[in-house]
Amino acid sequence: MIAPTDLKYTREHEWVRLEGEIATIGITDHAQEELSDVVFVELPDMGDIDKGSPTAVVESVKAASDIYAPLAGEIVEVNTDLVTDPSKINTDPYDTGWIFKIRITRPDQINELMDASSYTGMVS
Amino acid sequence: MVSFAGWEMPVMYDSIIEEHRAVREACGVFDISHMGQVFASGEGVEEWLEGLLTNEVAALEPGNAHYTFMLNEEGGVIDDLILYRLGDEDFLLLVNASCIDLDVAWLEKHRKGEVKLENESSQWAGMAVQGPKAAEVYTTITEGRTLPTRNGVDDLKHEGERLLVCRTGYTGEDGFELFCPAGQASHWWKALMEAEVKACGLGARDSLRLEMCYPLNGSDLSPQRSPLEAGLGFFVALGKGNKGDFMGSEILAKQKEDGCAERLMAIEVTERAAPPRPGYPVLDEAGSPLGVLTSGCLSPSLDKGICLAYLPVSRAKIGTQISLEVRGRKISAQVVKKPFYRK
Repeated sequence: MIAPTDLKYTREHEWVRLEGEIATIGITDHAQEELSDVVFVELPDMGDIDKGSPTAVVESVKAASDIYAPLAGEIVEVNTDLVTDPSKINTDPYDTGWIFKIRITRPDQINELMDASSYTGMVS
Repeated sequence: MVSFAGWEMPVMYDSIIEEHRAVREACGVFDISHMGQVFASGEGVEEWLEGLLTNEVAALEPGNAHYTFMLNEEGGVIDDLILYRLGDEDFLLLVNASCIDLDVAWLEKHRKGEVKLENESSQWAGMAVQGPKAAEVYTTITEGRTLPTRNGVDDLKHEGERLLVCRTGYTGEDGFELFCPAGQASHWWKALMEAEVKACGLGARDSLRLEMCYPLNGSDLSPQRSPLEAGLGFFVALGKGNKGDFMGSEILAKQKEDGCAERLMAIEVTERAAPPRPGYPVLDEAGSPLGVLTSGCLSPSLDKGICLAYLPVSRAKIGTQISLEVRGRKISAQVVKKPFYRK
């Protein structure tokens, strides 16, 4: 399992990449391994979102999994490439497999996220 | 891993799609040790089973097996099972893991005369080896044996222990189901792994059977639904040969005459959308409820959503445009002919 050190993580197996006020969110390598073959991603609508609210849905052959917003803010972009190729979540979870971007409004919430070593400790 | 009828079972070993493809293209193995083995023997056993099962027991020759249903008084399905005829008065009922206790209680309740019943479910292990290469694999792992013909049963010995092999399955592919005493299971599993057979979990088992429209008891079959409503009348020998009356037959005969109000229909999703799942509502074109999905998945072979639901016969025919409701959104679908997958 890979967990890049420049990212933050949640207990729900999402990763967060912070660039200024924009947070990019996807699911971790561990999560994609557990789900296996992702066949469909339901992307969120643009707009305000609360921390912890179900935002996107990642579906594998067998099950649907909710993806929660790790931070409060406004959804400003979604990865439409996943509509035609959802398997990017399996093959490239930390880069082209990103799911949505939030313009964050509560920077203090970042401290509630885990770093790579805490996340790796949690799943191992 | 998931809990399934008291067993911890893998949904997949690596990937449902890869396991599914291995069975369609080469060979895969499912651990089916959870399934139940109930032996029935003794004088009058054929006649007794004839009265409790829907298919024609008298037509089953020793050394063969067939698919059949055990019904309640209302004609609803208690269990769907494979009946093996091992001898003139020697049968094996291969039943669903979740139904073992219920089935045995039902059989005991209706037991007659000299019929002997033995529930040996906990003593047997089983493996379903499925795929176009299954016959070849069988020859390899048995050092030269050939499989019985379709639905044929071989009652063999391996290292002094019993080995039952039947050319049956739940995938639509050629293949066999092998049952051995639990202590022999690792020998056969290792032999299959050495023969490069792919280990497959419950996920692929579900997607493979659903592509063929094979029902799953507890989802597509229930004590409230008859095999005729499930579209499985082929396995109900109403009025055939010397079958006579059997448990539930009066209700089934009436259903056959009057027609069923609802039938288990095959539905294909016609747009690129979320995979259908059991429990999703089925709506007509105007948005009125028609039913609820009993099974559903994204078909790995066809790359589209496939599902089953009981729908009113008068409002859902093959070709009828319908929609499914997925998390508040409607997706387009169509009632289609069974099965979804053809070779």
